[in-house]
Amino acid sequence: MATQKTTIAKALNAGLRKAMEDNPKVILQGEDIGQLGGVFRITEHLQKDFGDDRVIDTPLAESGIMGTGIGLALRGYRPVVEIQFDGFVYPAFDQIVSQLSKLHSRSRGAIKVPVVVRIPMGGGIGAVEHHSESNEAYFAHTLGLKVVFCSNPEDAYWMIQQAIECDDPVIFYEPKRRYHEKGEVDFDAPAAPRDLFSAHVVREGTDLTLACWGPMVKVCLDAAAVAAEEGRSLEVIDLRSVSPIDIDAITRSVEKTGRLVVAQEAPSFVSVGSEIAAMVTERCFYSLEAPVIRVAGWNTPYPASKLEEHYLPDLDRVLDGVDRAFAH
Amino acid sequence: MSDTDVAATPPLGGMDHHVSVDPAAVPPRAAADGGPDMVQLLTPEGERVAHPEYDEIVDALSHDDLRGLYRDLVLIRRVDQEATALQRQGELGLWASLLGQEAAQIGAGRAMRTQDHAFPGYREHGIAWARGVDPMRLIAMYRGVDKGAWDPADHGFHPYTIVIGNQSLLGTGYAMGIQRDGAVGTGDPDRDAAVIACMGDGATAQGDNNESFVFAGVYNSPVVFFCQNNQWAISEPNARQTRAPIYKRADGFGFPGIRVDGNDILGVYAVTTAMLDRARSGEGPSLIEAFTYRMAAHTTSDDPTKYRVSAEVEVWKLRDPIARYKRWLMSEGIADADFFESVERESDELGEKVRSSTVSMPDPDVNDIFDQVYVEPHRQVEDDKATFTAYLDSFETTTEGA
Repeated sequence: MATQKTTIAKALNAGLRKAMEDNPKVILQGEDIGQLGGVFRITEHLQKDFGDDRVIDTPLAESGIMGTGIGLALRGYRPVVEIQFDGFVYPAFDQIVSQLSKLHSRSRGAIKVPVVVRIPMGGGIGAVEHHSESNEAYFAHTLGLKVVFCSNPEDAYWMIQQAIECDDPVIFYEPKRRYHEKGEVDFDAPAAPRDLFSAHVVREGTDLTLACWGPMVKVCLDAAAVAAEEGRSLEVIDLRSVSPIDIDAITRSVEKTGRLVVAQEAPSFVSVGSEIAAMVTERCFYSLEAPVIRVAGWNTPYPASKLEEHYLPDLDRVLDGVDRAFAH
Repeated sequence: MSDTDVAATPPLGGMDHHVSVDPAAVPPRAAADGGPDMVQLLTPEGERVAHPEYDEIVDALSHDDLRGLYRDLVLIRRVDQEATALQRQGELGLWASLLGQEAAQIGAGRAMRTQDHAFPGYREHGIAWARGVDPMRLIAMYRGVDKGAWDPADHGFHPYTIVIGNQSLLGTGYAMGIQRDGAVGTGDPDRDAAVIACMGDGATAQGDNNESFVFAGVYNSPVVFFCQNNQWAISEPNARQTRAPIYKRADGFGFPGIRVDGNDILGVYAVTTAMLDRARSGEGPSLIEAFTYRMAAHTTSDDPTKYRVSAEVEVWKLRDPIARYKRWLMSEGIADADFFESVERESDELGEKVRSSTVSMPDPDVNDIFDQVYVEPHRQVEDDKATFTAYLDSFETTTEGA
C-alpha cells in the first residue's frame, strides 16, 4: 500500500481493519456499525469481512454497549466500542467512570480492561443538539482512563491501532468535521515505535506556543501561517493525548517561546486548557513573558448550529488570543 | 423418583430423598409469602415438597454433598456474625450482612461449575465462599485495606460491585465472550460455561439491569440473572421498586423467569442448576428470583427500626434457611448429632480465625494509592507519586536534623 493520500475516516477504517487482522481478540461493537458501517462509515465493510461475531450491531443502549464491552474485555477480548456521537456518551458515563476506569486498581492489577471507546467529537457540521460536544474534560478528570485525539489521517491510522494495543482503557476522540479531510498516510509504517501519549510539534516556531488537539490543530496551523506573514513565528503542538498530558513537550516549547496560547473547542471553564495553564505556570513561571491565554468555546452549552461559527474558536479568535499574549 | 418413599434409612448418595409433602395437598401460597408460582422443595418446617422438574437434581446430590451444603450455610453465617461484631468493635468500616440469605447464595454458588463465572454485588459472601474466595479478602475490603482485590481468574468470582446494577452488564458481556470462545452448547461438561449475574430487588429498577436483559436476550447469551429479592432496598420495600413481580419481567424480555424460595437451599440449588445447564447448552438467559429476606440491617450503618416493623422480621425468622435444612437432614438421617457438633466446632475455629486475622491485618502500603491505577505508566500519576514521596521524605529529613 505504501504511502497514499486518504481521509481520516478511511484511515481509521484501515487502522481498525489492520488491528482486527493482527489480533483475533479485537471486537467492534456499537449502534449501526455493522451492515450500515456506522453513521460516519468508519466501520464500513468490516462486518462483511470479519463477521457479525466480531463487528456487533448492538441494541440502542449506550450503557449496555459500554458495560458488555467491559465484560468482553474481562473475558480476554479487546473491544472497540463506538459511541455514535459525543453527546450520546452520557448513558455510558456510569460504566466508564465506575467500572472501566477503576477495575484495574480495584483488583490491585489483577484485571486489565483494554477497551477503546471511539467517540466522534466536536462541532462545525451544522448538527442538531447533542451532536457537537467536546466533553474530554469529563474523561480526563477520571484517572484510570487515557484520553487521546487524532487530528490527521496519518495519526488516525497508527493511533487507533496503538489505542487497541494499549492495556489501559482509552477514550479515542475523532474530530468529526475533519473526517473527510485528506492527508498522506504511510500504511506500511509500523505503529509500534510511536508513542500514543506523546505530543507532536507540527510546526516549529520561536515566538509563541500554540497548544491544541483534535479539530483545533488545523485551525492553529492556519493561524500560524497567517501569523508568519505578520512576522510572528508560532510553534504549534498537537497534544494528541489530554490524559496523560505530555507536559515536557509543552514546557520545552514555552521555555523557548515564552508565550502559550491553548486552543480548544470545549468551554474554558474547568477544562483541559485550564489544566495546561496551571501546569505551565507551576513549571515554567519564570519563562513566561505573558499569562497563558485560553482560546475556547464559550462557557455556555453548545449553541444552535446557526450560531456555532460564533461559538467555535476560529482562525481569527486564535490570532486574537495570540495578540493578547503579545500585549504583555 | 417417588414422592411416597418412606424408607427409614435413606440410601447413601445420588438416590431418592424422602419426600413427605404432596404438593397438591398444600394450599395456595399468599402473594406476600411468595405466591403460588414459587418453587419450594423444602418448607419452613423442613418437609420436602415434590417437584416434577427439580427432584431429579436434588436426588443427584450425595449425602456428602448435602452435608457439605449445611456446613457452607453455618460457616458463612458465622463469618457474617463475626464481621458484624468486628464492625461494632471498630475493626471494620462497614459490613453488609447476608443474614437470612445464606441458602440463596450457597445454593446458587454450589450450582456453578468450575468454569462458570459470578458477577456479584457487595453482599454475596455466600457465593464468594462457594467459589473459594477467602472470607478475609471480603473483610479486607470492608476494613478499608483494599477495594476487594481477589483475582477473578482464580475463582470465577468477579470483584464486588457497589454501584447498583453495573455488574449485570459486565456479566452479560462476559457471557458474550464465552459465546465467541465457542464455550457454549458443545456438550462438553468441562468446557461449556455460563455466568451468574447477581442483583437485588432494588437493582431491578436500574437501567443497567434492564439493558442487560435486552442484550442477553437479543444475543441469547449464557447468563443466569440471579436476583435475591430480600424485600428491602435499604428502607424501600418492593412496592417502591417494582409493580409486577420481579420474575415475571423475564417474559417481556423473552426468556424464562422463575421465582424460588430463597430460604430453601434445595430449591435454589435445583433451579439454579437447571438454569445454568440451560445457559451452558446454548438455550440462553434466564431470570431467577430468589424470594428471601434481609434479616439484618442494610449495612452496619443502617437502622431498620426506622422503616420496618419487628413483626415482619419475626415472621421471616420462622422461615430461617438453616433451621429448616437442619431439620430435614436430621429427619432423613442424612446427618447425625456428631456431624452437627463437628460443624459447630469448625464454626468456632473459623470465628476465632476471622477475629484474629482481622485485628492483625496490616495496613496497606501508601504507594497503593498510585500503583496499579494504570497498566502502563501515566505521567500525571507518576508526578503525583514523586511529589508525595518527596513530601514524606521531607519529614524524615526534619526528624533526622532535629
